[in-house]
Amino acid sequence: MKIRSKDDLDKIRSKVHDSLYSPPCLKINVGMATCGIATGAQDTYNKALEIFEKEGVSVAKTGCMGFCEQEPLVDILAPGKPRIVYRHVTEDKIQEVVESYQKGEYPKKSILGQMKDPRSVLEDDIENPLRGAVPINGIPFLEEIPFFSKQLKIALRNCGYIDPDNIEEYIGRGGYFSLFRCLNEMEPEETIASIKESGLRGRGGAGFPTGIKWEACRKAEGEKRYVMCNADEGDPGAYMDRSVLEGDPYSVLEGMVIGAYAIGSNDGFIYVRHEYPLAVVRLVETIKQAEAYGLLGSNILGTGFDFNIKISTGAGAFVCGESTALMRSLEGKVGRPRAKYIRSVEKGYRDSPSTLNNVETWANVPPIISKGAQWYASLGTEKSKGTKVFSLVGKVRNTGLVEVAMGASLRTIIFDIGGGIPRKREFKAVQTGGPSGGCIPEDYLDTPVDYEHLAKLGAIMGSGGMIVMDRDTCMVDLARYFLEFLQEESCGQCVPCREGIKRLLEILTDICAGKGKEGDIELLEALSDTVVKTSLCALGGTAPNPVLSTLKYFRNEYEAHIYDKKCPAGVCKELFYYEIDEEKCNGCHICFLRCPQKAISGEKKKPHTIDQEKCIKCSICYQSCKVDAIAIR
Amino acid sequence: MGEIAVAKETGAQPGAVEVDFRAIDDLIFTRFNGDKENIIMILQALNKEYNWLPEPVLNYVSTRLDIPLSQMYGVATFYSMFSLEPRGRHLICLCTGTACHVRGGQIIKERLEAHLGIKPGKTTEDMRFTFETVRCIGCCSIGPVAKIDEKVYSRTNSAAILKALEGYT
Ligand SMILES: Cc1cc2nc3c(=O)[nH]c(=O)nc-3n(C[C@H](O)[C@H](O)[C@H](O)COP(=O)(O)O)c2cc1C
Ligand code: SF4
Ligand code: FES
Repeated sequence: MKIRSKDDLDKIRSKVHDSLYSPPCLKINVGMATCGIATGAQDTYNKALEIFEKEGVSVAKTGCMGFCEQEPLVDILAPGKPRIVYRHVTEDKIQEVVESYQKGEYPKKSILGQMKDPRSVLEDDIENPLRGAVPINGIPFLEEIPFFSKQLKIALRNCGYIDPDNIEEYIGRGGYFSLFRCLNEMEPEETIASIKESGLRGRGGAGFPTGIKWEACRKAEGEKRYVMCNADEGDPGAYMDRSVLEGDPYSVLEGMVIGAYAIGSNDGFIYVRHEYPLAVVRLVETIKQAEAYGLLGSNILGTGFDFNIKISTGAGAFVCGESTALMRSLEGKVGRPRAKYIRSVEKGYRDSPSTLNNVETWANVPPIISKGAQWYASLGTEKSKGTKVFSLVGKVRNTGLVEVAMGASLRTIIFDIGGGIPRKREFKAVQTGGPSGGCIPEDYLDTPVDYEHLAKLGAIMGSGGMIVMDRDTCMVDLARYFLEFLQEESCGQCVPCREGIKRLLEILTDICAGKGKEGDIELLEALSDTVVKTSLCALGGTAPNPVLSTLKYFRNEYEAHIYDKKCPAGVCKELFYYEIDEEKCNGCHICFLRCPQKAISGEKKKPHTIDQEKCIKCSICYQSCKVDAIAIR
Repeated sequence: MGEIAVAKETGAQPGAVEVDFRAIDDLIFTRFNGDKENIIMILQALNKEYNWLPEPVLNYVSTRLDIPLSQMYGVATFYSMFSLEPRGRHLICLCTGTACHVRGGQIIKERLEAHLGIKPGKTTEDMRFTFETVRCIGCCSIGPVAKIDEKVYSRTNSAAILKALEGYT
């Protein structure tokens, strides 16, 4: 069926309303993004099908709700009953969970929360489908548990709520009304003006104003224009793009068609990294369905506008996330960046005007058109509007994807939403912005998170990775880690980056190996300065950030390595040893059992000791000791 | 990115592979319209098919698409997913991304190296395992993670991975 009118959209929307919100009988939604599947969601799904499908229960897959720590997540709804999200529902638990729900019993320990209102930001024109349901006493509302209560979901609006392979469910959540409006009621210039006014900035790292980019591309001379989506997501520790592509790919597609219309392009690409096979599979299905419904391809919505999208997969090169390298890679070439004085909006892919935006940027476009630029601009801070998705990972209790209005403080994100550090440890630093970013210490936890404030701290927003660290991370080793990454990923065409990073890495490797010497810190600073100033692209230009920011906030750790030959975090193996604190050791024997080297001796209930000759510093004892008796010396 | 070492590495048993040139033809011209721009995707498909990129395959593609071999080597060595050496029956892909790193990924790496007796990027002599590291597979919230063939092991540790290896022969 080809959609031609608003009526067609409305019909689909009311048709799927019931299957989305009030199914005729019980419905089980299993969160099946890569993260869910990795924790066993596929088995849960299969089991649910096997046991319950014959009873008329419908079993569906959705994307990820974001609370990855609690996966596999299963969301159960039935007519007239509360809607409940269960956590850690592995294959062996699904039967019990569903049967208890059917009986009206709600075991607290497997429940994450009951839903209060499942509508997305685009659905305030319908009534809350759960308004009639009687809430269960003693079970928190999902929207009120700390992980969700401070979030505002725009880019992630549908993740976890729809079947990503079903275009009708996307429409059911208010999707494609924006595209309809653009193509039928708005001039391309008006669309651009709206995106400009919203204040939307690129979510891929640099934060360039999206509307301005589109305008420049529209005005650039050229016969053909190209529109692209950057789904290369190379920043290790960030996975919001994967989640959007796997949980709500249509939002990206709709955004791209709107962008293409505004810019005047008929051909587009989505460049996805090959490490995301599921995202590719879902995108292919998405494109097929969108074409079948007349929402992509030729004569979109019957308006005569054509736009085609091709998927291209990256082949494992971080630098190909950089815009000019990405375009070369699309041309089948080696992905080496190009100097910035030639702008991609004028001469990009095949030397034609090209617009590249990040996945999350595209996903923000439809809501801006639907709800208006003013609405979007009312969220966030003065210069950073709207929301941003962060991947909250590392040493934090509630790991997952969180979307907050710009300007939320680091403390809100890490402690309120994230629940703080596990095992009652102390927060040490948070790393934002990936390999181009920096580490922020405790003193700055109240900083509002937006492009400007993070830059001021020597970090960057980047694509939104937030890696929380406790005392077990050595800051010198972390800087070394990032440089090692960047050394491998530098395309090698310019000397400051290729050689500079290598030298920086050598110095840091020496420091971590106990061979640091006086003057190293100063040399690191001087070299960094050169690399920043003279590299061709932003990979080299930002490469020293991890070094500079750790030097700024954790200089004492560098000094401990260089002058005292000690690694206070117990990471750099040459610079520490483990010792059992006799006062604290209660002789529980667990380290004895776990040590792969049999280096630990001692009788139960008596203090143990470590044989330094045998110890390989694998940290297993340190991690497993319940009373913190393993000391770093 | 190691372009100089290529010539030597591709010397690895070129005669030992059976190459179906007709299938390559179909791939190039039917699936990818004989378009040079698709070279990366073509090589991806071939890398998957053969588990690496044998020299005769590269030669053939180079001739059919009229892309100089030197340029093909450039591409095949620049992108890390391509292998110019035969790879093992099973692929261990350990994430060394930042989130996994701060949760102990490094320790798993060291223990795997010791257990397999090879460094990342290499294959065990019995061709059972190729050990590779990857910088993030997007499962950062449930790290450390490792992938053996298509299966993802989440919240893992060195003991669990070493145990899991026993299941792959
Ligand atoms: C080394 C390097 C890697 C990058 N990787 C990515 C990436 O993986 N994803 C992304 O969206 N942007 C990445 N960028 C930023 C892009 O160059 C570009 O700014 C962005 O895709 C534009 O889209 P936006 O304006 O919507 O953010 C990278 C930049 C550099 C310098
Ligand atoms: S700065 Fe580095 S990655 Fe960027 S062009 Fe130069 S060598 Fe290549
Ligand atoms: S850092 Fe390991 S999966 Fe992302």
